[in-house]
Amino acid sequence: MSGQGPRLNVFPTRMASTNMKIRLKGAQTGHSLLKRKSEALTRRFRDIVKRINENKLKMGKVMQVAAFSYAEAGYAAGDISYQVAQNVRAASIKVKATQENVSGVQLPAFQIVADAAAGAGAFSLTGLGRGGQQVQKCRDTYRKAVEILIDLASLQTAFVILDDVIKATNRRVNAIEHVIIPRYENTIKYINSELDEMDREDFFRLKKIQTKKKEREAERLLEELAKAKALGIAPPKPAASSSEEPQSLLAEYEKDPDIMF
Amino acid sequence: MSALQQKDRVLIAVIGDEDTVTGLLLAGVGHQDGKSKPNYLIVTAKTPLPKIEEAFADFASRKDIAIILITQNVADDIRPQLDAHSAAFPTVLEIPSKESPYDASKDSVMKRIRAILGSD
Repeated sequence: MSGQGPRLNVFPTRMASTNMKIRLKGAQTGHSLLKRKSEALTRRFRDIVKRINENKLKMGKVMQVAAFSYAEAGYAAGDISYQVAQNVRAASIKVKATQENVSGVQLPAFQIVADAAAGAGAFSLTGLGRGGQQVQKCRDTYRKAVEILIDLASLQTAFVILDDVIKATNRRVNAIEHVIIPRYENTIKYINSELDEMDREDFFRLKKIQTKKKEREAERLLEELAKAKALGIAPPKPAASSSEEPQSLLAEYEKDPDIMF
Repeated sequence: MSALQQKDRVLIAVIGDEDTVTGLLLAGVGHQDGKSKPNYLIVTAKTPLPKIEEAFADFASRKDIAIILITQNVADDIRPQLDAHSAAFPTVLEIPSKESPYDASKDSVMKRIRAILGSD
């Protein structure tokens, strides 16, 4: 009943109880928010997974077409690989990472940045002798393939990042649900039970004091009675004076000494 | 955040057989300036495995590379290294090589995707 599981080490007071209740409320709010975040991310994640699956298969086809056009170019222009490798200077296709915000997670998306000036000059002499058209066609095909590859790469990056973030978020959701909230609940239960216990103790203590006082009063009366009997005088009326002049009701208690335990 | 540091990642690195790499270079992904090594590696039957591993590690640690394209048959050779690469940047993307058609079941990322989708 009283905080059986792990609980925070607090002093059981009403203030601590209020604080704990506030913290429990906060934890519950945080839990529901994180859960919603996790759901939103998972939805996005599934969407991305589906698109990657589709694009990967598409990529297979596109690369096949590109390889075929390269073979055509090779057939028309001879082996161009050395010429191409020799002419590599600065990249004409670059990527730029832009960011997209999905419930607080920055997902990068690559965008192709074609540097036309660098691109035009680079391989203009390739296939000059023969097969220039095929080389040009091959280049366009590969350029399209690269576009798809870049799309796929940004999806894949998003996939990796989202995977991590979802795992972390789920870990947090579970931690709050299974560790933090029970701990607060146990602490609140513990505080309540301790406070109840204290109430009962106080009640018992008051009762005890009352009976003690009554016992002493009775003893005193008996003693007085015995003294009076010994002297042969009629016992005085205990409350005889009260009828003659008004008296403070508390007067009787005020002269009582405090009882210390 | 992490993505903010990715501004200067602009290049696409390629590891693969001669034809695939040449095609992609023709499209304009190649980059070679005075001080840094080229951002592509042509793998032939004679290329030793340590050289591929070294090139991949080099591309993966370079700060100017955003995407690494690697053909699947080369990827199979350095599969443990690929599986160990878990960082989001640079992204490693497996592409089909010229000889062999694309096999989705070998791709590290596709394996994870299939596990999530629960298909097949």
